[in-house]
Amino acid sequence: DLKASSRVTNSELFTLTYGALVTQLCKDYENDEEVNKQLDKMGYNIGVRLIEDFLAQTADVIAKVAFKMYLGITPSVTNWSPAGDEFSLMLENNPLVDFVELPDNHSTLIYSNLLCGVLRGALEMVQMAVDVRFVQDTLRGDSVTEIRMKFIKRIEENLPAGDE
Amino acid sequence: MDTRFTRGKSTILERPLTRPKTEVSVSAFALLFSEMVQYCQSRVYSVSELQTRLADMGQSVGASMLDVLVLREKNGKRETKVLNMLLFIKVNVWKSLFGKEADKLEQANDDDKTYYIIEKEPLINAYISVPKENSSLNCAAFTAGIVEAILTHSGFPAKVTAHWHKGTTLMIKFNESVIARDKALDGR
Repeated sequence: DLKASSRVTNSELFTLTYGALVTQLCKDYENDEEVNKQLDKMGYNIGVRLIEDFLAQTADVIAKVAFKMYLGITPSVTNWSPAGDEFSLMLENNPLVDFVELPDNHSTLIYSNLLCGVLRGALEMVQMAVDVRFVQDTLRGDSVTEIRMKFIKRIEENLPAGDE
Repeated sequence: MDTRFTRGKSTILERPLTRPKTEVSVSAFALLFSEMVQYCQSRVYSVSELQTRLADMGQSVGASMLDVLVLREKNGKRETKVLNMLLFIKVNVWKSLFGKEADKLEQANDDDKTYYIIEKEPLINAYISVPKENSSLNCAAFTAGIVEAILTHSGFPAKVTAHWHKGTTLMIKFNESVIARDKALDGR
């Protein structure tokens, strides 16, 4: 469960723990430059993992705000991968398929695939590249509709606006 | 001579110790702690060495926390009795570090020197998955270090260790002299 950033803890525990770490590094390394390097390295590792945390928050916003606002449903966010970079949105009911039955000759049609594109596009606008696909669909006889989202990377802002 | 100390550059001593409670996100702490554990792991050969290192770091946190807590929560009054000291840890120390009281405080049935502080789901371990090959590793060794420092610096020398039992149990073994003194105080 990486949805921890909304929970808080006493900042003094944080401050003192960090102090203990820096003290330990100063004991372990001969000079300040080495300690600086080590601290930067640890910070980098934390930064890389923070992105996973963003995804966790993003998942909540997608489910509780975006789906609610646009489709009037609140999917549940489940099946987090151990690495925290992948999760599922479970849709109990999907308004797109209310009056729909798939004819036999369209057995491979992913009827609601529009949603995948919507999610991918929206997240691209906030610099997040994700892979989105349907893994279960009530239209195909599954008991629930499941959209799987996988975080790929943070998109670098390289193109100046209006360059495309 | 280092002139930093004479120039009065730092105002840290002028600042009040009682200040409004500030908070950071649990994940910020969890990520920092995780880096600490990984760093320690890269420099040791065994689980027990790793736990010792974590406990050492915890000691420095506990030692810093003690004075500030005694001043804030107890108006500068120190505890002199074992039970009160343990309650101070269970209630005040835990609340200020982890935002809640410790789940349980128990005394060993067969030993008047041994006490347990039991925490079902300690914050420290909430975001740590222990690899199977190191299943005895309990990162609450860090918390054990905090508690050991607080007890020792308060005049209750003890050894504190972390174990996987009913969640996480911190086992506090007081020095003989502490219990003897406590009994003598009771007798008066």
